[in-house]
Amino acid sequence: MISFNLLIVVSLMYVVFLFLVAFAAERRAAQGKTSWVRSSVIYTLSLSIYCTAWTFYGAVGYAARSGLEFVTIYLGPTLVMIGWWWLVRKLVRIGRTQRLTSIADLISSRYGKSPVLGVMVTVLAIVGTTPYIALQLQSVTQSIAVFAASSDEMWLPGDLNRAAMWVAVGLAVFTVLFGTRNLDAHERHHGIVLAIAVEAVVKLCALLAVGIFVVWGIAGGVGATLELIDASAQSQWSPSPSRWIGLIFVSGAAFVCLPRMFQVLVVENSDEQSLSTASWAFPTYLMLMSLFVVPIAVVGLDLMPESANPDLFVVTVPISEGRQGLAILAFLGGFSSATSMVIVATLSLATMVSNHIIVPSWLNARTPGAVVSGDVRQVVIMSRRVSISVILALGYVYFRVSGGGTALASIGLVSFIGVVQVFPAMIGGVFWRGANRWGAGAGLIVGFSVWLWTNFLPSFGIDAVISQAVFLGGPFGIGWLRPEALFGISGTDPFVHALFWSIFLNTSAFIFVSILTFPNPLERLQGAQFVNVFDYSSGARTWLQSAAQAEDLLVMSQRILGGAEALSIFATEARSQGKTGFQPDVTPDFIGRLERELSGSVGAATAHAMIGQLTEGTIVSVDDLIAVADETAQIMEYSSRLEAKSAEANSTARALREANEKLTALSIQKDAFLSQISHELRTPMTSIRAFSDILRDEDVENVARKRFAGIIHEQSNRLTRLLDDLLDLGVLESGQVQLNIGQDILADVLDRAVIASGVNTGKLAIARRAGNETVNVHTDLDRLAQVFINLISNAAKYCANDVPKLRIIVRQFAGQTIIDFCDNGAGIPSESQSMIFEKFSRLEDEGKAGGAGLGLAICRQIMGALGGDITYLPGQGGAAFRVTLPAAQVLVLQ
Amino acid sequence: MGQRVLLIEDEPNIIEAISYILTKDGWTVHTHSDGETAMSKVMQRVPDLIILDVMLPGKSGYDILRELRAQAETKDVPVMMLTARGQSKDREMATSLGATQFMTKPFSNAEVLKSVRALAGL
Repeated sequence: MISFNLLIVVSLMYVVFLFLVAFAAERRAAQGKTSWVRSSVIYTLSLSIYCTAWTFYGAVGYAARSGLEFVTIYLGPTLVMIGWWWLVRKLVRIGRTQRLTSIADLISSRYGKSPVLGVMVTVLAIVGTTPYIALQLQSVTQSIAVFAASSDEMWLPGDLNRAAMWVAVGLAVFTVLFGTRNLDAHERHHGIVLAIAVEAVVKLCALLAVGIFVVWGIAGGVGATLELIDASAQSQWSPSPSRWIGLIFVSGAAFVCLPRMFQVLVVENSDEQSLSTASWAFPTYLMLMSLFVVPIAVVGLDLMPESANPDLFVVTVPISEGRQGLAILAFLGGFSSATSMVIVATLSLATMVSNHIIVPSWLNARTPGAVVSGDVRQVVIMSRRVSISVILALGYVYFRVSGGGTALASIGLVSFIGVVQVFPAMIGGVFWRGANRWGAGAGLIVGFSVWLWTNFLPSFGIDAVISQAVFLGGPFGIGWLRPEALFGISGTDPFVHALFWSIFLNTSAFIFVSILTFPNPLERLQGAQFVNVFDYSSGARTWLQSAAQAEDLLVMSQRILGGAEALSIFATEARSQGKTGFQPDVTPDFIGRLERELSGSVGAATAHAMIGQLTEGTIVSVDDLIAVADETAQIMEYSSRLEAKSAEANSTARALREANEKLTALSIQKDAFLSQISHELRTPMTSIRAFSDILRDEDVENVARKRFAGIIHEQSNRLTRLLDDLLDLGVLESGQVQLNIGQDILADVLDRAVIASGVNTGKLAIARRAGNETVNVHTDLDRLAQVFINLISNAAKYCANDVPKLRIIVRQFAGQTIIDFCDNGAGIPSESQSMIFEKFSRLEDEGKAGGAGLGLAICRQIMGALGGDITYLPGQGGAAFRVTLPAAQVLVLQ
Repeated sequence: MGQRVLLIEDEPNIIEAISYILTKDGWTVHTHSDGETAMSKVMQRVPDLIILDVMLPGKSGYDILRELRAQAETKDVPVMMLTARGQSKDREMATSLGATQFMTKPFSNAEVLKSVRALAGL
């Protein structure tokens, strides 16, 4: 009888030990001492998370059921590590140069940083991995149950579930603690890697210890064991070639596609050299792990009762033999296998979920342009922690729902086929430039769907998700869609059937869609970076033997670097070669240096291509051209941004210049106005001053005195009028004029204006047509009369006809009232017509008439205020002005 | 005395006032009110003194002054400029063009007389 409590205590101590190991590794890493944590031995051991509880417990069960077939699960990775090391090396190199964080990142990044593909792979990985996590929980609880059954304590099924839950919680805590301590740019986790390396040692030791005990302790040596095997049913087992090939393929592909394997193989890899060690050390590890599987299975079947679960022989055989210590060691081995897998799988899934689903959604949900620097870190860490918990919860729920009924190995295979759906897109992306996102997406969707239908859903059992009717007759009676006999091909092994169809249809969709569609430029560029990763990243693009002429290179360099700098580079090189002048021998070394100099100015790809053109025998590759195009695009984008900026600056400068011109013009206008005012005021003032001086100082005869006094009087009036006009204009121009709206017949307004202008006593004859003037006007009648008076007075003053005559013609047109004032004088010269409404624009030869040149300016302001207009009418013989009163003044002015 | 003064001015009242003062003082005053034809008047018989308004119809007082100074016969004739635009830049302009005297309107009669006498060297 084994003390159940002892098992619990030992397990807890082991867990504490793992925490301490992880903690110590993190501490050392924080101090920069990562060398031994990152050694190739640790790297190889970390790869052992491939061997999960499925391998530890399940392989024995597998061997007990299907003989040597379990070996295929080890053969796949072995073949990959030995025969396909160049694939692994390429993945590692790509992972490092592209800073990939997960398998989803690899696919998304390769296919033009497609977010959709990232999400698809993430979802696929979660669906494929959740059963696997459930499997680990199941194996741990089952092994605990075995101990419980052999002890005195009562152990109910509910306790089993609780144990599974506590295991899940513990794993979540461990993963959160060491997986999300900080955000490392490379997503490397020293503590976790060291802990799983320790667990790798523990599980190997445990399995070897049980194996040795079985062979030498129970069976009685190698010979006896072999005899036992020969006698057993397992030796009679005949392999099915299709299953073998399928299993080797699926395990090999899963080895590079599983999220957790990608994590340790690529993401956690810090040194490519570790791969060369791992390429032999890891297969050796797998070999040791599988060494005693068959003996344990055979001896277990021989020893244990018929009802015993072969999956648990590793634990039950030592227990039944009373080897308490060995049993606990075996339990710890299984525990290690399960926990290390769950920790890394959860961590890698959480990274994918956070990087491809949560953070992008969060960023999208934010208002664009918001500052996101500070809190992104917190969001990422929180989303990782939540994701870890949710993924473990999912695993636990799956464990509870599936009820732990299915054999361990078959859950593992279902998972493998699901995850392997990424394989075509991955291999195509790494080796085939033509692969594009449409192809990858199509392949993933097709493969994933076929896997769901033929493998994942049926794995729950008949009538669980898919009814028996559908199994036998297909969905909706469509026979060729039967889950286990697609296209009517029945009779094959369900595993081979699901694997073949999912991968075949996946790959076909991937290839055909890739061929039929076109990649975008970023995808093309990423494709080149992935497929030719060794060319791009090694920095080994050297020029072997070059026939380029130093002179050509000099000319080109001068064009790029500028004359003086290019000359100095060439002169220095020539001097170091012991030559004088500027033409050194064109050595590969020199060309390499020159390329680096040039790339500082024009970008690496352009520099390479330019030198390539000048060095004979070197062909500028398509990749180079693509890289050049990309650089050029960036430069063009940059320069168009600059152009936009300079256009902006130009328009600002133009606006400033215009404002300045306006201000200058205003200032000039102001000066001219003041000068005019000064002139208009000083001129009458001069007369007044001069004649008043004369009257004061001289004895002037009576007639002259009267005349001089008259001049003084007249000039004072002129001054007063001028001041009135100026004030009037000031009010009108400021727009603060008070309109005094009234209503009258137009004829009356004209009558008053004629009288007020005093022309009745003068020579000017006025011709009107009374009939047309009976128009109602509704406006400021005094202001309108002021305009009329001005026009009539102007005609009286300036009409140079011997028989001066002014015609006033009133018309109605389109609702407007039009009043024309035409005299029979000489008119206004056409070059002056545009200026007469400006201030002080009195025509020079009419200056004696006594006006200051403000009258028409005032008229224009008044008509503007009344909502009408005043214009000069050319071609009327004499001077002609048109006053227009607006339509519906009632509405406008009220 | 009997010296000849030519007054080129367009405002009739000012012509009358200045003529009255100078005639009373014993000068012979000729007047002309149009800038365009003033030069021909000057060249008919060069006066001893010219009183010239800046703002004239046709041609400005500055233009006439420039022409006077360009002709051998008139380049030494004293010129007194009159302006109603009392800005300092007008004074600078007149001086730079060779005006002998510059006077801003309105002026006192005594001022005019004094200046005319001084310019005639009396």
